[in-house]
Amino acid sequence: MTPASILCILLIFLVPLASAGLTLINIGLGRSRSAAHAALASLCVMAVAAIAYSQCGSAWQGVPGGAGHSLTMAGKEWNWIAAEPLFLSGRLSDGSPASLAILLQMLSAGLAALIPLSSGADRWRLSAICASAALLAGFTYPLFAHWVWGGGWLAQLGASYGLGRGFVDAGGASCIQAVGGLTGLSVALILGPRRGKYMAHGIPAAIPGHDAVVVVFGCFLALLGWLGLNSAGAILFAGAEAGRTVLIAANTTLSAAAGVLATVAITGIRFGRPDASLCANGWVAGLVASSAACAFVTPAAAVAIGLIAGVLVTFTVAYIEWPLAIDDPGGAISVHAAGGLWGVLAVGIFARIPNNAPGQWLAQLVGIATLVGFVLPMTYSLNWLLNRFHHQRVAPEGERQGMDLYELGAGAYPEFVTHNEEFTQQ
Amino acid sequence: MKILSLLLLVAGWTIVLAAIALLRTTPERSIFAIAGIGVEALGLALAIRAHRLRRGESE
Repeated sequence: MTPASILCILLIFLVPLASAGLTLINIGLGRSRSAAHAALASLCVMAVAAIAYSQCGSAWQGVPGGAGHSLTMAGKEWNWIAAEPLFLSGRLSDGSPASLAILLQMLSAGLAALIPLSSGADRWRLSAICASAALLAGFTYPLFAHWVWGGGWLAQLGASYGLGRGFVDAGGASCIQAVGGLTGLSVALILGPRRGKYMAHGIPAAIPGHDAVVVVFGCFLALLGWLGLNSAGAILFAGAEAGRTVLIAANTTLSAAAGVLATVAITGIRFGRPDASLCANGWVAGLVASSAACAFVTPAAAVAIGLIAGVLVTFTVAYIEWPLAIDDPGGAISVHAAGGLWGVLAVGIFARIPNNAPGQWLAQLVGIATLVGFVLPMTYSLNWLLNRFHHQRVAPEGERQGMDLYELGAGAYPEFVTHNEEFTQQ
Repeated sequence: MKILSLLLLVAGWTIVLAAIALLRTTPERSIFAIAGIGVEALGLALAIRAHRLRRGESE
């Protein structure tokens, strides 16, 4: 193996920390009575996603230059799905860049499937979560990732139609974050709001998270994970040299820093003091927005990207809650969908790609249109169909008891339970 | 209304694809691509409206 491959493997080993970070953030932003459920659901999602992706998703995603199915439109080839063997047969044994890409994708599919958990918190059944994760990791994610990272039609927009270098997303702002965030939007629309979230006349009630410390610790873990994700993604999918890892890591950190500082400032001005959960969302939004352009921007541009992501997340969280009346307990739609779409657009605005033809921003716009106009309807339809066959929302009794007691039979924090007999004996 | 909103989203995407495939110059492609995204925005707005109407009925 080359030194670049060894570096790549080490970076890929950091990626599960992004999943751990998101898991802690989801747990902390949810209610204490659903904490164990959120933790177990995250573990199950990672397991289901790894199996679904490896058994069939990887066959549809493929690698650049691999076998695929193409349509011919206006005299040009549009490669829309890969045709690799199922079950990863013989594709991981050589340590080649293609095998490293598959390993990174398997972990990335799990990360993407974790994102909707935040939108469905406190009301999404465990079995439905697993089924939805299988759909995402086994079909939605591989299909879009093939278009971007597997040599599909979005990646070929440059060669086929002269649009810059084609759609560029080094670290997965579109494939992982926006796909996960838009699936979160679909899930939130299908499940409806938590009981008691909206009062008479639709006024939203505040349901704060139960552990800000866990949320902030999750943010630190997420940074480590994103350093690996952005660096490995840029080397494997955007052709960045191994030496650019330093710039990528600096840009990722700066973007997150600008995101959280923007959120601290705005919430401080709007509410009189900073809001910890929104600031954590600002940090993650900065990470999300940094992903697409991390290898091709200057540190100053990375700060600008993070600042705008922080501002965006502050206002979209409030706007989605009211007046749009979509209950998104962890802010996944704002952080991952809006932040991811902004990150994709930022490539067209800030990126300086060597020897690039004009029209890069138009390629990025086509990617955004594909996410909103194709991925969102598809993921909504798949989850709607799933809901018809296997009801996704927990029974009213489950919401009243809390997901821990209703689905798992025990809470995350048993010492919090008040035992009546202890009081009656005194 | 929900189905209509999904159809509008897909229609907007189709306009963007058609602009890239059939038009030649960057200004023409840009105008049609932005128009396609506008149609998608309409579809999103309609989807949100359908969601709010359904929620109002269930209250």
